[in-house]
Amino acid sequence: MNIYVLLKRTFDTEEKITLANGKINEDGAEFIINPYDEYAVEEAIQVRDAQGGEVTVVTVGNEFAEKQLRTALAMGADKAVLINIEEDVAYGDQFTTAKIISKYLKDKDPDLIIAGNVAIDGGSGQVGPRVAELLGIPYITTITQLKIAGTNVSVTRDVEGDAEIIETSLPLLVTAQQGLNEPRYPSLPGIMKARKKPFEELELDDLELEEDDVAAKTKTIEIYLPPKKEAGKVLSGDMSEQVKELVQLLRSEAKVI
Amino acid sequence: MARKVLVLGEVRDGSLRNVSFEAIGAANLAADGGEVVGVLVGENIQTLGNEFIQYGADRVITVEDEKLAQYTSDGYAQAVLAVIAAENPEGIIFGHTALGKDLAPRIAGKLNSGLISDVTSIEEAGGNLVFTRPIYSGKAFEKKIVTDGVIFATIRPNNIEPLAKDESRTGDVSSLRVEIKDLRAIIKDVVRKATEGVDLSEAKVVIAGGRGVKSEEGFKPLKELAQVLGGAVGASRGACDADYCDYSLQIGQTGKVVTPDLYIACGISGAIQHLAGMSNSKVIVAINKDPEANIFKIADYGIVGDLFEVVPLLIEECKKLKLNV
Ligand SMILES: Cc1cc2nc3c(=O)[nH]c(=O)nc-3n(C[C@H](O)[C@H](O)[C@H](O)COP(=O)(O)OP(=O)(O)OC[C@H]3O[C@@H](n4cnc5c(N)ncnc54)[C@H](O)[C@@H]3O)c2cc1C
Ligand SMILES: Cc1cc2nc3c(=O)[nH]c(=O)nc-3n(C[C@H](O)[C@H](O)[C@H](O)COP(=O)(O)OP(=O)(O)OC[C@H]3O[C@@H](n4cnc5c(N)ncnc54)[C@H](O)[C@@H]3O)c2cc1C
Repeated sequence: MNIYVLLKRTFDTEEKITLANGKINEDGAEFIINPYDEYAVEEAIQVRDAQGGEVTVVTVGNEFAEKQLRTALAMGADKAVLINIEEDVAYGDQFTTAKIISKYLKDKDPDLIIAGNVAIDGGSGQVGPRVAELLGIPYITTITQLKIAGTNVSVTRDVEGDAEIIETSLPLLVTAQQGLNEPRYPSLPGIMKARKKPFEELELDDLELEEDDVAAKTKTIEIYLPPKKEAGKVLSGDMSEQVKELVQLLRSEAKVI
Repeated sequence: MARKVLVLGEVRDGSLRNVSFEAIGAANLAADGGEVVGVLVGENIQTLGNEFIQYGADRVITVEDEKLAQYTSDGYAQAVLAVIAAENPEGIIFGHTALGKDLAPRIAGKLNSGLISDVTSIEEAGGNLVFTRPIYSGKAFEKKIVTDGVIFATIRPNNIEPLAKDESRTGDVSSLRVEIKDLRAIIKDVVRKATEGVDLSEAKVVIAGGRGVKSEEGFKPLKELAQVLGGAVGASRGACDADYCDYSLQIGQTGKVVTPDLYIACGISGAIQHLAGMSNSKVIVAINKDPEANIFKIADYGIVGDLFEVVPLLIEECKKLKLNV
């Protein structure tokens, strides 16, 4: 089975976020594999181990993403592809990313593509379904279970807490929701092996794309941090008095009850 | 600049969801005096057209087919793309719900258009329609514009005001015949989890419990408080993982995103993945026995104490309030 994982290098949003020159300050920030893409890598490895085949992890980004791709290789993926657009694209959006990924995948005959359901930084959840549409294959988002028998696939999909059991077939794109699996940590031998696994780096040229073909359709005109919340009012005193005060505040100050 | 804007209505259990009325409100801003066209997809939905108009749509187009009785991206994409082809709109608005998140990127992919997801406000500024949306798990916001092609956005429930319902409004409700071809993915079964009472993502008051609630039994007082305040019960991942409640109650990055007027967090520590789902709430109350808990950093009001002592007292006080009005 020919399995592809779409992996995004993301800012670790558990870290403190500051701005520099109107942009998110990345100096000294921690970058990670988008957590939902870790589920995707894990699932891909499990499917390969059960069905045979190969797992290729694909990232659109810059040279720094090599680190996250190597981690995926250390977890057990077979190959990594970095589509480095640093030099070619000054500004991209989800259209850009999806167009590049689908162009790359077009002649690869993927049987299964696994993405994350959402990136914790950009947060749009667009890239997976866009790629499927551009490739003309079906997709199922936010899955919590994947069962494959031949080309038949049974998927459990999380829909605002309800579970849909869906039957479909390969080729297919799915997006991973929390609950799909428990991602493994890379083992020491895994990390050693990862250094020698195939790592391909491509540019737009290699995909026969021009900058204009992938020009963004949207533009960010401002980034800002929410106004710093004033420290909330922590009440004190006798508990029943505190509760009385709280209800009064909710009623007359906040006017929400 | 006057624009024609399409709004996809979302039907649940036979009625339009609140977010669909908010989407009309959003479309009204985007249309800037142009026409707002409601789109309803499903089976036996003709009767909902008038309500959509009373909430501000100028006219409504319905697409009905037995294959559309349940949402599937294949079925809905065919229906919505047919309406788009017939109407050629300059703007499209969906709710940022499970359905909108699943369908909108596909439609945008097909149209080769941009898409601004999870929008919390819309304004006209400097000749542009400017969309604001949270990024970095809600720790920052960005303002975006569309630079090329159709203006397409999904809106986060409970953030954009719907227009007032006007029962005297009338408009045309017409149906478009679309031949729905084979669906490549078939829904075999839907396991409905506890979604009785108020819809969590649209509730004005949310009482949420975390691992501090300690058991399924422990959720009882929270449910009672929710009932007294006409709200819904939610939960952290911690509470769901511990089996104190169903995953359908989970709030956060993986679960539902809520923006109620009042959010009361009981025994929730305030992890970033939880905050991503609720930090936009208008007023946040934290009840936690640990004064250092992160949740206090974003709370407007806090009580340091045992939730099993505080919540019953709150129920008492709120009941008194109801008696006095
Ligand atoms: C040159 C360049 C400049 C950019 N400049 C900006 C900017 O100024 N402002 C801004 O907001 N964004 C910018 N971006 C980022 C871009 O707009 C989005 O972050 C990106 O398209 C993914 O969107 P998302 O974060 O919403 O991911 P989602 O759509 O939420 O991601 C869902 C899933 O799609 C897959 N995926 C997403 N992105 C990638 C990727 N890059 N490679 C592989 N798989 C992926 C992953 O599986 C992920 O879990 C830029 C991107 C590029 C390439
Ligand atoms: C990829 C990913 C996605 C995630 N998505 C989500 C998500 O969508 N939603 C989510 O919530 N989490 C999510 N998480 C998990 C998140 O990181 C936290 O683990 C989780 O939110 C913790 O839940 P909690 O606050 O209930 O538990 P804890 O962190 O254990 O906090 C319990 C709190 O209860 C307090 N407490 C205990 N007893 C009492 C008492 N008697 N009275 C008052 N207070 C008491 C304690 O002081 C403590 O602060 C995600 C994690 C990952 C990695």
